[in-house]
Amino acid sequence: MESSALVLFFIVAIVLVGGAVLFSSYIPPKSYNPAKFEPYECGIPTIGGTWLQYTVGYYIFAIIYLIFDVETVFVYPWAVVMKSAGMRGLIEILIFFFILGLGLLYGWKKHALKWE
Amino acid sequence: MAFSIYDFTEFTKSIHEGLSSSLSPTMTTVVEWVIIGVLYILFVALFGLFLVYAERKVCAAIQQRVGPNRVGPWGFFQTIADFVKLLMKEIINPKGVDGFLYNVAPYIVIITVFIILSLIPFAPGLQAFDFDIGVFFVTAVSSIGVIGILLAGWSSNNKYSLIGGMRSGAQIISYELSIGLSIITMVIMSGTMQISGIINAQANGWFIFKGHIPAIIAFIVFIIASTAETNRGPFDLPEGESELTGGFHTEYSGIKFAFFFLAEYMNLFIVSAMATIIFLGGWMPLHFGEFNSFNAAMDVIPPIIWFFLKVCAIMLLIMWFKWTFPRLRVDQILTLEWKYLLPINLFNILLMTAVVLLGWHW
Repeated sequence: MESSALVLFFIVAIVLVGGAVLFSSYIPPKSYNPAKFEPYECGIPTIGGTWLQYTVGYYIFAIIYLIFDVETVFVYPWAVVMKSAGMRGLIEILIFFFILGLGLLYGWKKHALKWE
Repeated sequence: MAFSIYDFTEFTKSIHEGLSSSLSPTMTTVVEWVIIGVLYILFVALFGLFLVYAERKVCAAIQQRVGPNRVGPWGFFQTIADFVKLLMKEIINPKGVDGFLYNVAPYIVIITVFIILSLIPFAPGLQAFDFDIGVFFVTAVSSIGVIGILLAGWSSNNKYSLIGGMRSGAQIISYELSIGLSIITMVIMSGTMQISGIINAQANGWFIFKGHIPAIIAFIVFIIASTAETNRGPFDLPEGESELTGGFHTEYSGIKFAFFFLAEYMNLFIVSAMATIIFLGGWMPLHFGEFNSFNAAMDVIPPIIWFFLKVCAIMLLIMWFKWTFPRLRVDQILTLEWKYLLPINLFNILLMTAVVLLGWHW
């Protein structure tokens, strides 16, 4: 099959989930109890809103990840043509890795990799 | 029909020709799509049920228990009973959830699972879709799954879910990097990102043997990173039941919870299949260069059995991790990735480059 397979598998997944959800929203028995719809908490009503600002630590890691992930994407094409690119490609990728390593080292020294 | 358990290329081709001789081209496509869709749904459902059962039995064996043993022979139908129970549960939208995002999250995780499954080759000719950036595409799509988990955590209006979703996000994106880099290490060796190309390059020996030291390092990093990526084992913070009750799927019940559960186990299958494809030769039988009689003996076992044997071995290893190691803290998880696995991986790529350029691989 060709790239239409992706469309097919997309549809198949939607049919699977949608069908099962449709089945369980009509067939199973239902009962009503207001306590059933409370958010789960350890036996007490939940206090305050949930959608608030969250620990900044996660965002710092997300930013570092973004930088490194984009640079990883650049390495993929080189990896494929590595043998034909030969020495010149190797020297260029060494410079690239050197800069990448410096970036990691900088983040390390700035305590960006430390969980606060 | 030319049916052979060793190579399905002829078989699928003869089905295609048989259908197109009696039906119009549009109808042929429709019938083929229905057949493939039904087969894959069956595979996902049955293999998911089998994996849940296997996990419980492995866990029981490690903890010196018996495990499920009441429903059917050796408790084999336990998970089927569980599935029917989950299917017959009422669907509840708890108070204050973000309705649209809450309902769309299970779709996202299942869609990513299915799209990756389309690229997994089970045997020669049994691959729905094969194209030139295969392994890269798999890593790209698998990181979309985290969006479903983040949405589930965020939209549930529950603090446990929110913490679980956030932890999961930080963990999956961090370890995504290690998976990508260890795949790059092996792409250097194979010279192609196409999945069939990677497997064919291993016809005279699996990469883990051919690439020796750098390949083994990459394999270990890949297994650790993929354990973290699937939220399993010692890295199960996002759903650590002793601290977060259920993590990002705390508020999900019934069949929607079942889909998160199914996606988790299918992700276990997917990472094991990727490890098998990249390091252990996919469906290639065990071959060693010049030992022709040994190679011929190994060829007797059909490729599809080889594939599932290898995948099950790696899945057993990952399950073993889960029940052996204690859970890590969030700072330990991020330290392991950023201060150990990432630098090791960067050096390993250079090592692999040296090995390939100097011709030290076998």
